[in-house]
Amino acid sequence: MPVQFEVNGKSVSVEVEPRLTLADCLRQNLRLTGTHLGCEHGVCGACTVLVNGDAVRSCLMLAVQAEGAKVVTVEGLSNDADLTPLQKSFRKHHALQCGFCTPGFITTAHALLTEEPDCDADRVRDVLSGNICRCTGYISIVEAVLDARSAYKKTGGGP
Amino acid sequence: MKLPPFEYACPATLSEAVALLASHDGDAKAIAGGQSLMPMLAFRVASPSLLVDLRKLPGLNKIAIDSDGVKLGAMVRWRDIEDDERLKTAHPLLKAAIAHVAHYQIRNRGTVGGSIAHADPAAEMPGIAMTCDAGIAVTGKSGSRVIKAADFFLGALTTALEPDEIITEIRLPAWPQSRRFGFQEFARRRGDFAMAGVALYYDPDPSGKASNAHVGVIGVGDRPQRLTAVEAAINGNTIDEATIARAAAAASAAVEPQQDIHASAAYRRALTGTLVERALKIAAA
Repeated sequence: MPVQFEVNGKSVSVEVEPRLTLADCLRQNLRLTGTHLGCEHGVCGACTVLVNGDAVRSCLMLAVQAEGAKVVTVEGLSNDADLTPLQKSFRKHHALQCGFCTPGFITTAHALLTEEPDCDADRVRDVLSGNICRCTGYISIVEAVLDARSAYKKTGGGP
Repeated sequence: MKLPPFEYACPATLSEAVALLASHDGDAKAIAGGQSLMPMLAFRVASPSLLVDLRKLPGLNKIAIDSDGVKLGAMVRWRDIEDDERLKTAHPLLKAAIAHVAHYQIRNRGTVGGSIAHADPAAEMPGIAMTCDAGIAVTGKSGSRVIKAADFFLGALTTALEPDEIITEIRLPAWPQSRRFGFQEFARRRGDFAMAGVALYYDPDPSGKASNAHVGVIGVGDRPQRLTAVEAAINGNTIDEATIARAAAAASAAVEPQQDIHASAAYRRALTGTLVERALKIAAA
């Protein structure tokens, strides 16, 4: 069935089977392969995207349920000119190694810092508990997110 | 795994949604936030022929608070409960319990109606509904009715909901401001389903003795339960160390927990007592 929504500021229309998840639609139909699929049943957080500003798991949502929504993927949180403050902070703190989980952490942290730029370390840990990373041990990720808060307070996370 | 094939409908009214569910001989499923149903589909535990999306149904996403209590529309998300400042006084036990539900991303989509309909034995919302004598308002092809929580949960993932019925509202009775409460659960990781959880409250009388105790447990049986033996140990007593110890012992004795890969039955039994003790200490503090 046809479905129309906005992805990273651009309107898209795709023809999908009802059973297609938003995650698969983004990757297969729209070639936005920055969204990674780990567990495919809502446990790992790797596929997190923003839907109408809220961080959600795109494997736990049907593409047809995104009708009319504004979706932002990890591709929509970067630009070709420079690293964003959140990306810089992840690089500075070595908050990734293999990088598989990183899109989920970036989208989740972006949603958190956009809404709560004053969040404390406990809140960051609570929110990031929904994302699994097997490389870093999380400490560097929490530090990177905490360090990016000042950029969100000043510019909303923009460069 | 990828989901099994199904048809999909997104009706604009409750009556259309009910008609769609009724037209598929019990083989259609309603989907709200999908945070329980989507994993069930991915595991192919559920493979309905039709999914009826409730997202366009009007008026189901409101939290109404009046002298009768709190009415949660079925499509109210965990996030909405977290964000609603009024609930801090209108239903602090609900607020405390919902803080334990799943993770940030899931709280942005998961709904109270979905959790009640899914009826996971360890889920917080069914536990709160049981503990607080909630009414569950449903509408089906034969009309609307309100089912008491005690009559609603029939077993693990099994409820009194007919295949053509849709939950519209969860009604929690009014919360007196003098009421004392505690919520405690234990899971190995943040956001996991609890190995055991306890929700309790009581109303202190003018002399400070407890009355009207309600004690509910999750994760230690095939459905959320009230523990009347623990309530009896609390009612009429001051909540001191002796009462707390008696209540905790009564809780451990009252439950018949299952054994699984997460914990033995004996561990869950002991944990239930410990959680009753902690919740009562918080309530009395």
